[in-house]
Amino acid sequence: MSTLQRDPEEQVQVLDENGGVVGEVPDLGDDELVEMYRAMRLARHFDKRAVSLQRQGRMGTYPPLSGQEGAQIGSTMALDDDDWMFPSYREHGGAVVRGVPLTQTLLYWMGHEDGNKMTPDTNVFPVAVPISTQILHATGAAWASKLKGDDEKAFICYFGDGGTSEGDFHEGLNFAGVFDTPNVFFCNNNQWAISVPRERQTASKTIAHKAVAYGFDGVQVDGMDPLAVYKVTRDAVEKAKNPGDRRRPTLIEAVQYRFGAHTTADDPTVYRDDDEVEKWKAKDPIPRLEKFLRETGRLDDESVDAVTQSVEEQVADAIDEAESVPRPEPSEMFESVYAEMPDHLREQMEDFEQLREQVGDEAFLRE
Amino acid sequence: MSTQNLTLVQAVRDGLYTEMKQDDDVLVMGEDVGKNGGVFRATEGLYNEFGDDRVIDTPLAESGIVGTAIGMAAYGLKPVPEMQFSGFMYPAFDQIVSHAARLRNRSRGRFTCPLVVRAPYGGGIRAPEHHSESKEAFYAHEAGLKVVIPSTPYDTKGLLISAIRDPDPVIFLEPKLIYRAFRGEVPEEDYTVPLGEAAVRREGTDISVFTYGAMSRPTQEAAENLSEEGIDVEVVDLRTVSPLDEAAIVESFKKTGRAAVVHEAPRKGGLAGEITAVIQEEALLYQEAPVERITGFDVPFPLYALEDYYLPSVARIEEGIRNAVEF
Repeated sequence: MSTLQRDPEEQVQVLDENGGVVGEVPDLGDDELVEMYRAMRLARHFDKRAVSLQRQGRMGTYPPLSGQEGAQIGSTMALDDDDWMFPSYREHGGAVVRGVPLTQTLLYWMGHEDGNKMTPDTNVFPVAVPISTQILHATGAAWASKLKGDDEKAFICYFGDGGTSEGDFHEGLNFAGVFDTPNVFFCNNNQWAISVPRERQTASKTIAHKAVAYGFDGVQVDGMDPLAVYKVTRDAVEKAKNPGDRRRPTLIEAVQYRFGAHTTADDPTVYRDDDEVEKWKAKDPIPRLEKFLRETGRLDDESVDAVTQSVEEQVADAIDEAESVPRPEPSEMFESVYAEMPDHLREQMEDFEQLREQVGDEAFLRE
Repeated sequence: MSTQNLTLVQAVRDGLYTEMKQDDDVLVMGEDVGKNGGVFRATEGLYNEFGDDRVIDTPLAESGIVGTAIGMAAYGLKPVPEMQFSGFMYPAFDQIVSHAARLRNRSRGRFTCPLVVRAPYGGGIRAPEHHSESKEAFYAHEAGLKVVIPSTPYDTKGLLISAIRDPDPVIFLEPKLIYRAFRGEVPEEDYTVPLGEAAVRREGTDISVFTYGAMSRPTQEAAENLSEEGIDVEVVDLRTVSPLDEAAIVESFKKTGRAAVVHEAPRKGGLAGEITAVIQEEALLYQEAPVERITGFDVPFPLYALEDYYLPSVARIEEGIRNAVEF
């Protein structure tokens, strides 16, 4: 039975805070469940290391994701291979599931142009730093797939609770409703848009409610319950593809919490209480899934240790690889501005290279 | 007059504080400006001082912030909306250019729009994508707007107070590279620095270099270096890029006969072209060399690993000045 037709105030849950089963467990094999756990552990460990790289001056500003692994991994695992992902800027964990290497994510936050370059077989749009602009792109791409008669793809788009206040959110969902596009609009409601709490973002009782006005389903899910997220997203993906019936978009509100700062540039203790953070930490998606997997015999001490070791190695290797990439050449700025480099750009590039040869790199590089 | 030793961002805060203290109609609104005190701390402490009716954390919506500020301004308040970064201003662009800039004109003076849109702007702080652009030319192109870009703490407070008191909308772009780069003496009292007046930062006889914002300091550094080579550079800090202080530009140019313009915004359609045109129109017969444009390249602002190459550096400024002098 679909999880989607319900009151937007209800919250879909499969695992309670202690990993106990309170809903229907989705149909996933043992390997897939362990992989879900591993992907969440990988995202958490990556996040911890990335924050520390930033602190050490080895990387620029970085938006942490800890606490949000359940929503990221649960939803991306529910996609089929050909589906498309339109991320905001915090979905590094989900991006790995969709085939974006950790090294590439590191390069992006280390300020390398190549960090934005997806391999041709990766159906992931570049990170969207402006807020909610990607919603329209996801709607447009989904719409195009429909116009081209391609029935086999769903288009998932991620944004935050703050993002629902932007005009682009309204326009993207409105077009999707009018044109019946095969979208899954996935709101990572992590309660805080930097310092502004969810209840100061909208007077709507839930974000899921907003779908009512666009004429499609809106569903709230416990975003720190990866199995519930998987289930709801899977239902939304199937509805988007819906062979034989009307293909329709869905708005999913995944209720969750960011444990850390909005980015490494802000200090959350200025605007929120430690008590609140502790309350949400009790819902941590990782121990929740781990308990369930241990109790059902899919994980034990030995396999958990193996996961720990393998994610640590994978992240360490990615950091080594990213840090071994040399500083990009200035010519990279001038490339890919247009299909063909115009004369005035070539001239600017050549003049700059000439000066660089004369005065040396140290004349430009600060620090 | 007592003074304090402030950074540029502290001078922003002090300007807001000073004007809010003496005019109850002034209010601050934007994303994270209240409890959090602004992502750069430009509004720190104002929330506690003036309360949440005058220091307002809004929903995350730039068009909403500027559009409602227009309504407030027309109704008699003096809102100072903050755009968190100038790179996120574009959702508000329609409100700024179609409405704020034109409300006086469209209503034949019945409605006016005395608001100040503040935004941290420019590159050089290793920020993520879309956080480093310089697009002052967009706003300078629009009739009805004034565009201010300060470069010292003293000017920042004085210009901000002038902007808040100005009867028309002002875009106030704050070069975040120099938010905390140095301190300067700033009077505790209120004072104004008039909009539309340039300041000569260094007098010279060989060439006039026009600049503003974060480029003011490397330009002065280049001028000092070149003085050792016997090139005597005059540095003119425009401070307001719309309206331009054409009289100051022409006066300096008539003295030197040569000019360069330094800005980090891209070259094409940038302010350097406008300044060159002023020189052509008003002082052609004094001109001894082409005007050098020392600017950002005509590319999207790169991710930060390349930003040092993008920004006009002292080396590029020196080279450009030499070109104009040796022509």
